[in-house]
Amino acid sequence: MHPEIPKIGTSMLRCDAWSKVTGKEKYSADFYEGNFLWAGLKRSDVAHARIKRIHTETARRQSGIVAVLTFRDVPGSNRQGIVKKDQPVLVEERVRRIGDPVAMVLAETRTALSEALNAINVEWDPLPAVFDANAALSGDPLIHAESSGNILAAVHVEKGEGESALSDCKTVVSGRFVLPRQEHAYLETEAGFAQMDADGKITITVSTQSPHRDRKEVAEALGLPVERIRVIAPYLGGGFGGKDGATVQALLALAALHANRRPVKMWWDREESFLYSVKRMPAEIICRIGASEDGLLQAMDCRILMDAGAYDHLCGEILALAVEHAGGVYRIHHVAIDGKSVYTNNPPSGPFRGFGVPQITAVIEQLVDMLAERLGQDPLELRIKNVLHQGDQNPVGVTMMHSTGAIACLNHLRAHTLWQERAAWKQSAGAFKRRGVGIALLSHGLGYGPIIPDIGNAKIELTSEGTFKIDASVSDMGQGNASTFLQIAADLFNQPPERLELVLPDTDKTLPSGSSAASRTTYTYANALIGAAAKLKERLFEKSASRLGVNSTDAFEMLPGKIRHLPSGREIMLSSLADGLSDSERTAVHSWQAPVATEKVRAELKSVFGFPHIVFSYAAHLAAVEVDLLTGAIVICRYLAMTDGGRILNPQLFEQQIHGGIAQGIGYGLYEDYRVENGCSRTPNLTTYILPTAMDVPEMESCALPLFEKTGPFGMKGIGEIPISGPLPAVANALADACGIRIFQPPMTPEKVLSALAEKQNDKDQKT
Amino acid sequence: MKIRFVLNEKEMTLDVPPDRRVVDILREDLNLYGTKECCGSGECGACTVLVDGESRLSCLMLAVQLENKRLTTIEGLSQDNRLHPIQQAFVEYGAVQCGYCTPGMILAAHDLLSRNRHPTRDQIREGISGNICRCTGYQKIVDALEAASAKIGKEKT
Repeated sequence: MHPEIPKIGTSMLRCDAWSKVTGKEKYSADFYEGNFLWAGLKRSDVAHARIKRIHTETARRQSGIVAVLTFRDVPGSNRQGIVKKDQPVLVEERVRRIGDPVAMVLAETRTALSEALNAINVEWDPLPAVFDANAALSGDPLIHAESSGNILAAVHVEKGEGESALSDCKTVVSGRFVLPRQEHAYLETEAGFAQMDADGKITITVSTQSPHRDRKEVAEALGLPVERIRVIAPYLGGGFGGKDGATVQALLALAALHANRRPVKMWWDREESFLYSVKRMPAEIICRIGASEDGLLQAMDCRILMDAGAYDHLCGEILALAVEHAGGVYRIHHVAIDGKSVYTNNPPSGPFRGFGVPQITAVIEQLVDMLAERLGQDPLELRIKNVLHQGDQNPVGVTMMHSTGAIACLNHLRAHTLWQERAAWKQSAGAFKRRGVGIALLSHGLGYGPIIPDIGNAKIELTSEGTFKIDASVSDMGQGNASTFLQIAADLFNQPPERLELVLPDTDKTLPSGSSAASRTTYTYANALIGAAAKLKERLFEKSASRLGVNSTDAFEMLPGKIRHLPSGREIMLSSLADGLSDSERTAVHSWQAPVATEKVRAELKSVFGFPHIVFSYAAHLAAVEVDLLTGAIVICRYLAMTDGGRILNPQLFEQQIHGGIAQGIGYGLYEDYRVENGCSRTPNLTTYILPTAMDVPEMESCALPLFEKTGPFGMKGIGEIPISGPLPAVANALADACGIRIFQPPMTPEKVLSALAEKQNDKDQKT
Repeated sequence: MKIRFVLNEKEMTLDVPPDRRVVDILREDLNLYGTKECCGSGECGACTVLVDGESRLSCLMLAVQLENKRLTTIEGLSQDNRLHPIQQAFVEYGAVQCGYCTPGMILAAHDLLSRNRHPTRDQIREGISGNICRCTGYQKIVDALEAASAKIGKEKT
């Protein structure tokens, strides 16, 4: 084996690390080419209103202003959206949330831009607004006139005897949980750069998770043939779901149409990003679970209400994934789950790493601990007793036919010293401190699920120099999938990385392969890439065989820069082989589609795609926390994650995902609360919205279980999302273990901990 | 206003408006986009540069304040294509994901290690607590800095 060849399963160093540590990597926000213009938006400052008039005359007359655009300048449908196209590029007549864009200015400088935006005045005809999801259910006021009500999507699942089985359960625990909005806070705010060339083709370089879908969406919204739009996606400065869908893409293309062939730059500042980007969907969840005397789960009833805000932006699919994971990773025979996501005049919700699963896992994993406490059972043993095994039916009625490592995660967690020695650790807490250890069991469905095909289209090209171009057709938002694609090619072609070149997503070069999302990026695309590599290799062996005049292609091997015929030892340089091939012969393309569940499940779906899933990753997390009884602060001392992500392609990249997901999950559980009052943000910046720093994230231990998923590339499953679901319930269970309190409306801030402690003391005083 | 300063070891004279920030001259005028702007209000540390060897936030600093100072940006840290030990450790220890906080993080760490050659893990965490990273959970950054400090210590002795 060649020593420089990074094999699958080894920690090949990321190929983007060098350019990133030297500051040379060029992100979408880093373009300042040519005589570019700045583009910016005039946004609504009211949540629900008709536009009477937009006064742009003063702005147009100001110096340094090239154009002031409104909906009248949008040539196409003026509609964007991933599933439901309900969001205007520039609003025609009605704004539905604070921040809807009503006009765009193109200016020579940023100063001229902000002065012109200030000079635009809008006359509003206010409409009654609704900011509460429960109130919005009535349909009055109606937020989208073309809809019959405000219910964006609804899912209802029944299994067994449904809710009625709860009455037969010996023990029932219940809770009402309110989950907050969460802001992605990717460090690179929404940014892009666009220009129209002499032929009228518009190239948009943009920080996006879904370049090919953007291309279609922009073309449709602007009424242009799709061939006139090219989208290029450099490495993203973070995404986490927040750049899956429309941000600046269509706006920039519209700007380019009016910029006299000059390039245009749009770059939201932090406050604009905070105020107007989508957020993790807030939820109110009321759930009851029932068990027999010996702790076997029997029934659950769950009601989920989610606030989609003003636009769709995948909020039906997020709801569906929450419903699908509502029963956790357990055998529950009688199930009723009812979910709705509703339009309000709040900021739009949307995808955020976890996609509805962190919200619902916060509920089921606390209820299971509450059940264990009620029954006087060990929470880990109770989980082991009820956990799904391969061959079981999950709570929504899908048989677990794929690798199902939840039990292995629990067993490994049980054997770990942090669990084994928890009693001693808890006892050694100092004065005015209490310690607790909590766990959570997690799963996450991979891919788009049914209806929208989850497809990767990979392409590999042998260059005339005898090197390979590997298309990385799905955006790399930081998770390192592009590096993984290169590692896969290196392994399969037996070539060192310097003989391989990545082609980052570019709709003119790479093939449509879906979004960087849904824990499907590597799972789906790597499968396609393996297929493309096999085809190209086979072809190269055939060509080598005919060159050398031998019959069989079996006796060939690839070596760095060449191919060897093993029986004779004769070698052909790849560059020389490439010389004799046509362009199409040097290129191999392969398409791969992810499997979907085909079983019939008893579910009613309204306006929802992607339900249910068939392949899942699993994890068991443990948090060891210390609570300061005087300040209410929770310190996470240790954190442990056992993960079934199938086979690990690159241990370092795997651990990066686990660590990062845990840190974001800690933010969700302890600090982050994007607060909205009357449609207006109360946390519009990093001063008021608290992100975890290096002081707030503990030392984490990550163990990958050596399991194998038969449909996964080399046996892997996606794990980008699963870790974020763990910290909130694990810490909440640890808090309950330490102090006997629960906070049903996270984040678990010191203030809330103190008041829960006081409440508990009051209850105790009243009883005595 | 005319200002004179040293940028990445090179003498520099610039004519700048009095209200122009350091981050703007770097990114827009000098094509040094390795310095990132993420919040514009001194909360995230992504725009960190070194001024006379100490970390400063280039989004809160006016260009005129550079007069007679020595400014180092991420582009000036590696020499002749040889990575600085901190950069090298970031690559090797997997401290880079999206990479957008990385330049500021590395320069903040450079300042830390110049003040405290052998920090403990807790001191490292404190030293970089003004720099937000949304991807890594910080652990591999701490690993990298522990390794870098050991290596720098060895080179110096």
